[in-house]
Amino acid sequence: MTWTSIFIAGILTYFTRMSMVTLIRKEMISDNLRKILNYVPSVVFPSIIFPGVLLDDFGAFVNISDPKIFGAITALVIGFFTRNVILTIVSGLTSYWIVIFVF
Amino acid sequence: MRSKYEIFKIGIKDVAPHLLSVFPFGIIFGAIGIELGFSPLFTYATSLIIFGGASQIVFLQLLSGGASSLIAITSVGVINSRHFLYGAVLSEYLQKLSLIKKLFISYFIVDQGFAVSNQYFKKYPTEKFNHYHLIGSGIILWFIWQVSTIMGIYLGSIVPEELGLKFAIPLTFIAIIVNELRKFDHVLVMLISGLAATFFYNAPFKTYIIISPLIGLFAAMIINKLKK
Repeated sequence: MTWTSIFIAGILTYFTRMSMVTLIRKEMISDNLRKILNYVPSVVFPSIIFPGVLLDDFGAFVNISDPKIFGAITALVIGFFTRNVILTIVSGLTSYWIVIFVF
Repeated sequence: MRSKYEIFKIGIKDVAPHLLSVFPFGIIFGAIGIELGFSPLFTYATSLIIFGGASQIVFLQLLSGGASSLIAITSVGVINSRHFLYGAVLSEYLQKLSLIKKLFISYFIVDQGFAVSNQYFKKYPTEKFNHYHLIGSGIILWFIWQVSTIMGIYLGSIVPEELGLKFAIPLTFIAIIVNELRKFDHVLVMLISGLAATFFYNAPFKTYIIISPLIGLFAAMIINKLKK
């Protein structure tokens, strides 16, 4: 039963990946729609980032002094100025750890 | 013009920094699977068959918590429904390919690969072999995810929980969006989707993960109307 559910979940996930790629034709996308689709990264990733930083594992708000908030702000600032992925991730993690282990 | 192999390598190179967070996340996932009481084979199978980080954790957590298969499957579908949006964006660049190639590449569409390859496509929209960028970024992400899952399964919690490495996931996405932080309309849309996600986080079946991007896109539509 559970093995069946892995396969169904897998097929379902694969469907989310292949459906648009195979079904949409260029003519179907108007200039307006293309403009809106430009925003996809800007709407999907914050939808994962915000709860990941602001909420704990149980969906409750973290404290304003939570290390995740400090880490996220550091990563945002470093990322904004350097536009370097490694520096962004490393600076975020380091500052997060500093708050956890030093303070 | 760049060759297939060159573009493939650029895809790998562009996504490589993100492996910094994908790798520990895979180890954490493998360890969680075993901790929840699933067999190594079952835990690994989710990485091969579902291949979607966060959705795999939710899937195993729900099943081990006694939820019905239907609920677990639905949640995976909802969490991964964001791929519809990725597919819609990528379709334009993959349209020239044969159906077989489209079906092959689709398996490898994941967050980080989509993000870096989409940036490459926007920069070089007319390159003949630019889909090899997506193949490169996708295959390396896939490979690292498989290896790190297996490591997590067998080495268990070599990544101490106190390190809180799950936090690497929001960080890897922050590293993606910083490119758009200089555009006011994008920042506004980010805030709207992010706050919506926080607000709807407890909605059933993790639907926040698709509701909030749609709210964001709707806001983007209004902003574009107002700009005219």
